[in-house]
Amino acid sequence: MSDAPAIVVKDLTRDFGSFRAVDSISFEVRRGEIFGFLGPNGAGKSTTIRMLNGLLLPTAGEGRVAGFDIVREQESLQEHIGYMSQRFSLYEDLTAEENLDFFGGVYGLANDRLAARIDEVLRLVGLTERRADLTRTLALGLRQRLALASAVLHEPPILFLDEPTSGVDPISRRNFWDLIYAMADRGVTILVTTHYMDEAEFCDRLVLIYQGRLIAQGTPGDLKGLVQDAILAAYPDRLGEALEVARSLPLISDAAVFGRGLHLTAADPQAAGAALRQALAARDITLERLGRVAPTLEDAFISLIQRAGEE
Amino acid sequence: MFRRLRKIIKKEFIQALRDKKLRIFIFLPPIVQLLTYGYAVNFDIERAPTAILDEDRSAESRKLLYRFSHSRYFDIREYVDSERDLRRLIDHSRVTLALRIPRDFARQLQGGRQAPVQLLVDATDSNAALIVTRYAHAVVGEFSLDLMRQRLRQRGLQGDLSAPVVIEPRAWFNDNLVSRYTFVPGVIAMVVMLVSFMLTALAVVREKEIGTMEQILVSPLRPVEFMLGKTIPFVVIALLDVVLVTAVGVFWFEVPLRGSLVVLFVGTVAFLFNSVGLGLFISTVSNTQQQAMMAGSFIFTPAILLSGFIFPISNMPEFFQYITYLNPLRYFITVVQAVFLKGSGLAVLWPHMAAMTALGLALLTLSVSRFRRRLG
Repeated sequence: MSDAPAIVVKDLTRDFGSFRAVDSISFEVRRGEIFGFLGPNGAGKSTTIRMLNGLLLPTAGEGRVAGFDIVREQESLQEHIGYMSQRFSLYEDLTAEENLDFFGGVYGLANDRLAARIDEVLRLVGLTERRADLTRTLALGLRQRLALASAVLHEPPILFLDEPTSGVDPISRRNFWDLIYAMADRGVTILVTTHYMDEAEFCDRLVLIYQGRLIAQGTPGDLKGLVQDAILAAYPDRLGEALEVARSLPLISDAAVFGRGLHLTAADPQAAGAALRQALAARDITLERLGRVAPTLEDAFISLIQRAGEE
Repeated sequence: MFRRLRKIIKKEFIQALRDKKLRIFIFLPPIVQLLTYGYAVNFDIERAPTAILDEDRSAESRKLLYRFSHSRYFDIREYVDSERDLRRLIDHSRVTLALRIPRDFARQLQGGRQAPVQLLVDATDSNAALIVTRYAHAVVGEFSLDLMRQRLRQRGLQGDLSAPVVIEPRAWFNDNLVSRYTFVPGVIAMVVMLVSFMLTALAVVREKEIGTMEQILVSPLRPVEFMLGKTIPFVVIALLDVVLVTAVGVFWFEVPLRGSLVVLFVGTVAFLFNSVGLGLFISTVSNTQQQAMMAGSFIFTPAILLSGFIFPISNMPEFFQYITYLNPLRYFITVVQAVFLKGSGLAVLWPHMAAMTALGLALLTLSVSRFRRRLG
């Protein structure tokens, strides 16, 4: 049992009317890992999570979470998971502590244990000082931390986080990820959805979901390795003009602004580099630097989605 | 089970009492409704504004008019000279009825013939028109009877000479036919329904609106626990409202409370199964508070109209009379009025209590079975 995967999903499918939101997805999540769900908005990430936590019934396929069947053992399953939905969903007219008291009670925690757990999770997320404040007075980053605290009150071995950091400032995001690491260190399995590339890098393993289908899975390194074409980084002086020039070249399959430069995708980097130098020189655009770089996760994401779109 | 239930109930109370708008909703409508019905709504018609067109101007016509002007039911506002003026007064709603005594009134009477007088009534409010017409009948009838008596005396008859048959009315349970006595108990019933039913529906739908429903559904909470937790607080609040409205009714409006408070309590609890059941049902078919409000008034208005509170059930077409048996408010209004005015006890009222309990349990079962443990 202890080395059985935390989550096993096989051919999971969900239709809404004639729309197939999730299309035959299969994957496994190991115990204690941080497992990322990466994909654009509307790709089917939230729908998948809601099938795994018992909120939605799959149209087809099967799954087990913490050893429980997602269709037949909804109640036992729900005792063993924590869930933070995409929408902030605590009571704004209750204080931080009252929210925790309510949700802890709903999970059946006895009063003395609940009181101890409330102290613990408040300390964990750093909200001990604000425990008596109304939730509506907390900044968004703090509310997200409170939501996380509420999701782990009953010490679930598996935690689902659906875009936990959307709309939160970078520092709060970083703090939030420190909390996620702290949970993972304690052996909690975490399934987290995101569309932030830097967050995806923090995951042990990832699946990439696009239009309801799982188009790639592996470690961040594995996914980057799936990029077949070479990535060139170019730093021209007139970025906008240079981007148009690059896009007009047939040897360059994709060009995008990346920081202060451009990232160009090409099957033959040598020839593409030469063609770019020539085209830019003809327009009097100075090229400060041009060189091959290792693909980032974002490069992999874009290239994998393009490839999936072409198929 | 009770641990979870206690937490939900605690949370609902904190939220209900912390929300200023909700706090007002709990106490203000009951009082406003009671004051409105207690003071403004009055089906007793007194001092109906009246106009007179006396074309005869005889001693006889003056005697008849004297009767009208000394009746508390009529208030003679205008004496006019033409039928046109009479029409104008009614058109402008200055008077609700007009009495026209034709030119040959005295002559006809003296000749021992029938002397008609004309009564014009503004029947925009058909009920009021009916009532003032009856009052006028009574006044004219009394006048005729006296004339009759005089004529018989003149022909030498002796004795009492009163009408052979008379009605001696005794209005049981409300001796002076005060409509307030009928309305205050009715308002209690309406307030209980409004508060418990709307608060329950809104409390559930609000969770859907703010997204906390998803967080509750993902927990191992059972539907029965959720529903009990959502309804018990509003049952308690509704009972407090009953105490409030009853106290105001008894001490302020001096409505007699002849029956037992225990019977009133039992009836209220039996009825509350229905109103919270309906509230829960509405919450299962609405996704926003606005939808719940719409659905709520869609149920509330017919429930009142078909309860017998305003229109007697016996006047309804047969089909609607049968429908009223499915209306819990019908039973509850009967129970409240009977406890207040007749002092009835469980021995008499048990069929109503049983009907409410049965309907209420059916409604609750329906709502719980419609409650989904999943989304979509």
